[in-house]
Amino acid sequence: MPEAITVVVNGEERRVGAQASLLDLLALLELDPRGVVVELNREIVRRPQLGEKTLHDGDRVELVHFVGGG
Amino acid sequence: MTTTVATLVDQPLAIGGREFRSRLMVGTGKYRDNETMARAIKASGAEIVTVAVRRVDLDRTKQEGILFHLDPKRYFLLANTAGCYTADDAIRYARLAREAGFNEFIKLEVIGDEETLLPDVEGLLQAARTLVQEGFEVMAYTNEDLVTALKLEDTGCAAIMPLASPIGSGLGLINPYTVRTIKRRVSKPVIVDAGVGTASDACVTMEQGVDGILMNTAIAAAQDPIAMARAMGHAVEAGRLAYLAGRMPRREIALPSSPTTGMLD
Repeated sequence: MPEAITVVVNGEERRVGAQASLLDLLALLELDPRGVVVELNREIVRRPQLGEKTLHDGDRVELVHFVGGG
Repeated sequence: MTTTVATLVDQPLAIGGREFRSRLMVGTGKYRDNETMARAIKASGAEIVTVAVRRVDLDRTKQEGILFHLDPKRYFLLANTAGCYTADDAIRYARLAREAGFNEFIKLEVIGDEETLLPDVEGLLQAARTLVQEGFEVMAYTNEDLVTALKLEDTGCAAIMPLASPIGSGLGLINPYTVRTIKRRVSKPVIVDAGVGTASDACVTMEQGVDGILMNTAIAAAQDPIAMARAMGHAVEAGRLAYLAGRMPRREIALPSSPTTGMLD
């Protein structure tokens, strides 16, 4: 087992494998990257870069999408 | 004898370089279920449909998202910054919305008061300036104040969106005069956003000469949202046509419609 790190995803702590990318995180959460927008430490990460961005301990990730609204 | 039916042909609604046929825009919030929402939106005839940006619920990622029910090829998705109380928050939400990849339009809301949900015009102007510089087509939800509307236009907003009455109140068009004044003075499209309660409110609002209406609760919270959506579609069209037709002058005394001559002795 690789070493695990703690990241905060949508306000909740999650344990993920060290070296995990944002794309790995989405896979772990069973989320289609085409359906979410990802913010890592307040910076938007574009879809093509999701696989290149490696998570670090304490990173804050926001995963957002469109919901009903007026 | 030939009869000519003079049909007033309206111009399409042009906002931020795009053209729309329908002058009714609808929200997607507060519906009892997504199927009712989809049917109501279809019945309304609206093309522009608003959505909000929120966190994905990580416990329910298997659930169908709202876009499953709203074909982005058929509807123009207008993301909002509802729920934002500062310019920085609104800018953050707008950037996230644009990243979703549909378009560069944003319905900008910067709320200043929780009870009335009235806009914070200082934050609104600040956010509008930044977002316009970043290439957004900003549709700014604002109050009835002409000076704020003029300042928003100066920032380069694509549309000015004064309220009819507070969001979700259903109180209708409280101050037709201020909305008319904004429409007269602003050259960008004026879309009345929020406060319409029923079809007559929508009709009266369009009769002021504004370019369109955005509504959500009036349809979603009706007993039968699909029927109300249809009524709203008709009301917006009727109000628009009545405005273009030009109403008769008001008179304080009666004027007979039938001839006063040819009466029997």
